[in-house]
Amino acid sequence: MNDTHTAPQTQAASACDVERIRADFPILKLEINGKPLVYLDNAASSQMPQQVIDRLVRYRTTQHANVNRAVHTLSEIATNEFEEARRKLQHFINAREEREVIFTSGTTDSINLVMHGYGRKFIKAGDEIILTTLEHHANIVPWQMLAEEKGATIRVVPVNDAGELLIDEYEKLFNERTKFVGVMHVSNALGTINPIKQMIAFAHAHGVPVLIDGAQAVPHMKVDVQDLDCDFYAFSGHKLCGPTGIGILYGKAALLERMQPFKGGGDMILSVTFEKTTYNTIPHKFEAGTPHIAGAIGLGAAVDYLSEIGMDAIAAHEHALLDYATAQMSQMRGVRIIGTAKNKAAVISFAIDGVHPHDIGTLLNQDGVAVRTGHHCAQPVMQRFCVPATSRASFAFYNTMAEVDSLVAGIRNVQKVFA
Amino acid sequence: MSDYKALYQEVILDHNKKPRNYGTLEHPTHHADGRNPLCGDHIEVALNLEGENIGAIAFQGESCAICKASASMMTTAVKGKTRADAEEITQEFLAMATGKRDLGSLSHIGRLSVFAGVRDLPTRVKCAILPWHTLHAALNAVESTSTEAENDPMQAPIGDA
Repeated sequence: MNDTHTAPQTQAASACDVERIRADFPILKLEINGKPLVYLDNAASSQMPQQVIDRLVRYRTTQHANVNRAVHTLSEIATNEFEEARRKLQHFINAREEREVIFTSGTTDSINLVMHGYGRKFIKAGDEIILTTLEHHANIVPWQMLAEEKGATIRVVPVNDAGELLIDEYEKLFNERTKFVGVMHVSNALGTINPIKQMIAFAHAHGVPVLIDGAQAVPHMKVDVQDLDCDFYAFSGHKLCGPTGIGILYGKAALLERMQPFKGGGDMILSVTFEKTTYNTIPHKFEAGTPHIAGAIGLGAAVDYLSEIGMDAIAAHEHALLDYATAQMSQMRGVRIIGTAKNKAAVISFAIDGVHPHDIGTLLNQDGVAVRTGHHCAQPVMQRFCVPATSRASFAFYNTMAEVDSLVAGIRNVQKVFA
Repeated sequence: MSDYKALYQEVILDHNKKPRNYGTLEHPTHHADGRNPLCGDHIEVALNLEGENIGAIAFQGESCAICKASASMMTTAVKGKTRADAEEITQEFLAMATGKRDLGSLSHIGRLSVFAGVRDLPTRVKCAILPWHTLHAALNAVESTSTEAENDPMQAPIGDA
């Protein structure tokens, strides 16, 4: 099958060898509606390179058994590979210790773990939890459930018209009742990169722990949890070229040890009688039941793959794509980019005058261009910008300048149909 | 090249641009709110039943072109019809949009056949049927309906469609 995309001619050569990278992703060779697939829905889920697919096949064909249980050879191999994956993830985000890396089913699960394990133990009636307008529902709803249960209050950091958090307002929200902060690193709906290091430092000055929703950051930039000094950092495997159903919660060991378990079951215990159960040490205390072993190993292979390309090279290439797409789309009459933060990841939410996002999505799909349309699980953001929904193009390191051209041509076609 | 034309036909684009019976009624005898929480589409249908006949009918809301055109054409199709006729057209429309019956077996569809193309776009079927589901709710004095509720028209088609 011919790959019709050519190397970017319109921009200076970027840090990534995109054509070589694209060859690793079998799905990118697909045609959709007779057109080459232009996959621009990476913020929803990224695609998987052959290296990760092969790793999953190798695990399933030669290494599968349950972990942390039997003495037989396969169980030992599976356990070793599973724990090796944990170490890979530890190094990828520069966690101090491997026991600070908990395997979850994804970002949502990670945040719920913190809500149940930390929130239900330490947040009390009258306490305040700070969130931001930009949050994904995954970092809103669990805290609302907790606030309702405990009689706590949620305070919300507003954003300006560019989609940037108002840091002055954030700082003003702090008082003696403030007990927790939850903030996303990168906005899935707008692409805004939030100044989390500064926000974490401010919260810590008030003795308040901070959870970072890093689902949209980890795939696109170097994340160093020690440098950020965050207390918790949550992200998903499937946005990181890994499998679905696997994710990570990083937590500082001292905090994780004080927390109560989220789920009860096997693996998370040291001893069980009907009188008393003694919980296992971290991270196992938080990994009840048989984990997604293949997912963890696949995610380990995914971060190996990304590390080989280099997160800095990935960030540079994606930034070039963002600049090129922004320059083109901001010149188009009737097209409005929603989210114009100075510090942005490669996400472009946009509206076309007089055309509903779902019609845009359907028509772009006819041209093989896959974008997300809807509220992006961030309805407060949609309300803030007075739109019911947006269309969103989100880029990955395997996207090309030619694909940006396809998106722009697709938008022109939408405007023509609805003229 | 022109696949989208199967769905975005002139008549649909026209009804999207200039929706008929768009707005509200002063004191409707029947009214319902329809929502698709997955995409945010929202349609309100209001009508006056005079005896068994649908007198005035109006709709408004925030939705995509497929949903708006479907609502617009629905109002013109059922205005002046009896409640029973409107329900019959509704059932035929749902059967057509969900691909359960061929166009040839439908006798009340008429110009509404322009929506037959949605059967090939599963993600858009709900856009086309939301107004009809809302009309059905209004006629049966249900205040609000949702494509994702237990009365999801995809799961439980109205009537024996």
